[in-house]
Amino acid sequence: MVTAALAVGVLTAGGVFLVLRPGLVRITFGFVLLGHAVNILLLTAGGTERRNPPLLGHGDTADMADPLPQAFVLTAIVITFGITVLLLGMARAHADWADATRTDRTDGGGGSGGRSRGGRSRGARSRGARSREARSRDTGSRDSGSRDSGDGGTRDSSSPHPREEGDS
Amino acid sequence: MISTALTLPVAVPLLAAGLLVLLPDSTGLRRGTAGAVSLGVLALGIVLLVETADGSVVRQTVGGWPAGISIVLAADMLSALMLCVGAVLVLASLAFAAGARDDREPLFLPLVLMLSAGVNGAFLTADLFNLFVFVEVMLVPSYALLTVVGGPDRWAAGRVYVTFSLLASTVLLGGVGLLYGVTGTVNLGELAGVATRDTAAALAAGVVLLALAAKAAVVPLHGWLPRCYPATRPSVTLLFSGLLTKVGVYAIIRIYSVVFEGTGLGPVIMTAALVTMVVGVLGAVGQPDMRGILCFHMVSQIGYLLLALALFTERGLAAGVFFLVQYVLVKAALLACAGVVEHTHGTDRLQHLGGLARGAPVLAVSFLVAAFSLAGMPPLSGFTAKFALLLAAAEEAAYLAVAVAALVSLLTLTSMVKIWTAAFWGAPPTEAPRENVGGSPTSSPHLGDAPPDAPRRTTARTRARPVLLAATVALAVPSVVLGLFAEPLLAAANTAANGLLDPSTYVEAVTR
Repeated sequence: MVTAALAVGVLTAGGVFLVLRPGLVRITFGFVLLGHAVNILLLTAGGTERRNPPLLGHGDTADMADPLPQAFVLTAIVITFGITVLLLGMARAHADWADATRTDRTDGGGGSGGRSRGGRSRGARSRGARSREARSRDTGSRDSGSRDSGDGGTRDSSSPHPREEGDS
Repeated sequence: MISTALTLPVAVPLLAAGLLVLLPDSTGLRRGTAGAVSLGVLALGIVLLVETADGSVVRQTVGGWPAGISIVLAADMLSALMLCVGAVLVLASLAFAAGARDDREPLFLPLVLMLSAGVNGAFLTADLFNLFVFVEVMLVPSYALLTVVGGPDRWAAGRVYVTFSLLASTVLLGGVGLLYGVTGTVNLGELAGVATRDTAAALAAGVVLLALAAKAAVVPLHGWLPRCYPATRPSVTLLFSGLLTKVGVYAIIRIYSVVFEGTGLGPVIMTAALVTMVVGVLGAVGQPDMRGILCFHMVSQIGYLLLALALFTERGLAAGVFFLVQYVLVKAALLACAGVVEHTHGTDRLQHLGGLARGAPVLAVSFLVAAFSLAGMPPLSGFTAKFALLLAAAEEAAYLAVAVAALVSLLTLTSMVKIWTAAFWGAPPTEAPRENVGGSPTSSPHLGDAPPDAPRRTTARTRARPVLLAATVALAVPSVVLGLFAEPLLAAANTAANGLLDPSTYVEAVTR
C-alpha cells in the first residue's frame, strides 16, 4: 500500500513537472506518467492484499482480486494510449505546418533565415528574425506556438528554451 | 420498450461516424447521414420528454446483466431535456458547417457525430466510470476538431485546450478511483447520499466535482475557454459552446443532487457562482472581437447555473434548468451571428466592422433578439430565466447573489450594446483592414482550407449564404417563443427540479 502510494506520488510529480514544460513531446510524456499514476491509484482502490485470479470455483472468494478496477485500468490504458498517439500526431502536424509556413514567409529562400547562413547578408538575416519575433509577439499564444516548432530565428540566439530543438 | 432505445443515442452516431469515414466522397450523402442521425436523436429525446413528463425514469441495463454488475443508462426529465437541446445544437452546427463549407474537410462530419455520441452518453449514463469514458469520447473528437479545422491560431489554442482538458480528465479519473476505493461502487444509485454519511467519500466526490468544474470552465479554472474557443471555426465554436461545458455542468448538477443530496457544498458553490459571473463578464470587456466577447460571457453564464445549484430549492433548480435550456440556444444564436459576420466580412474584430444593420437586417434583428435575451430583457426567454432565478435567490434571502446577478446582467447588456454599436450600427469602416492585423501571419493556402483559415482577411462577399442566415434565425426564434410561451418548458423544468430535489425515483431506477 505504501509502495503504491509512493509510486503514485513520484509518477504524479514527474508527470506534472513534464506537463508544465514547453514542447508538446514533453507534455506527451508527462501525460503518460500521469496516466500510470492514476492507473496505480485505480488498482490500489480495489485493495492490494487480495491477489488471486477472480474466477469462481478456483479457491476462496475472500482471496480473489477485485476485477472491476482492473477493467477500469484496462479502459484507462486504452484511452491513454489513444491520447498519446493523438498528442504525438499533433506535435508532428504542427511541426510540418510550421515548416511549410516558414518556407512561405521567407520566399522559399532555403527555409528559415537561421539555417541559410551562407546565402544571405547578416543584416537581412537578423531583420528576418526580428520581424518574425515581432509577429510572434502579436499574440502571446502564438509566441509559444512558434517557439516549440523550433522556429529558426528564435532558436538561433535568443531562445529561452534552446533544448526545444530536439523534441518537436 | 422505450428503454431499449436508450443505447441508440450513443451507438448510432458512433456507427454512423465509422460509416461516414468509409462512405464515398459525396457531400450530399454525408450531410444527409449526419443530419438524419442527429434528427433521430432529437426525435428520441422528444419521446423521452413525453415519457418522463410525470417524473418517472426510463432506464436500461446494457447487455442484460443483473443489477450491480451491468452498466446502467437512465433518462429522467433533465437528461431528456439535455438530449433534445444537444441534438438541436448539433443540427444547427451541421447546418452552419454546410453553409460555411466547413464540412468539406473529410473528417469533420465523423468527428461531430463522435462528439455527439459522447455527449449523449454522458447525459444518459448513471455510472461515474462511464461518465469518464463518455467525457473522453466527447473530448477526443473535440481535440481533433480544434486542431484539424481551426484557424491560424489553432495550434497554440489546441495545445492549451488539449493539455488542460487532459489534466482535468486525469483528475476526474483519479477522483472516480478514489470514490471506488472508499465506497466500492461507481454506480450513481448506490452512491446516493454517500457523501453526507462519510467524509472520505465526500472528499473523493469533491475531487470528481473539481475535475468537472474545470471542464465546465468555472472560475478559477476557466482560463482555457476564452483562449481556445475563438481560435477555431464558427461552426465548431457553436458546437462546443452548447455541448462541452454543459456536460460538465450537467454532471455537477447530477452528482451534487444524488451523491451529496444537495447539502454540504452550498457556500462553496455559491462563492464559485458569484465569482464566475463577475470574472466572466469583466473579462469580456477587454476582448476586441465578437467571438472573444461571447466566449467570456459563456464563463459568466455558467455562474448563473451554479447559483441555481447552490440554492438547491425547487424554484431555484427549476429556474436553473430553464436557464440552461434557453441559454444554450441563445448563446448558439449569438455565436452563429458572429460566425455569419466573420464569414461574410472575413473578420469579427469590432474595429473593422460597422453598419451591418443596413446591409443585413435579418442578421441584425437575430443578433438583437439573442443579445437582449442573453442580457435578460423582457419579454425574451433570458428574462424569464433570470427573473425566476432572482426570485428563487431572494426567497432564500441570498440578497448578495441577487445583487451580483442583476449587476452582471446589466454588464452583459453593456457588452452586447458594445457589439451592437460597433458592428451593426453606425457607418461601415472606410479603411479596409490591413492583411496582417490581428496577429495572424500569412494564411496557409497549401492546406487547402484557405477561406475560413484566414478569418481576419477581408473578402468581398457581402451577402451571407441563406443556409447560414436560416440557421441563425432558427436559433434566435426560440428566445422569443420561450419568452412568450414559457409555460411548457417551465413545467418540464419543474419536473426536472423535483427529480433533483428528491432523487429517490432516479436512485431506485438505476439500482434496481
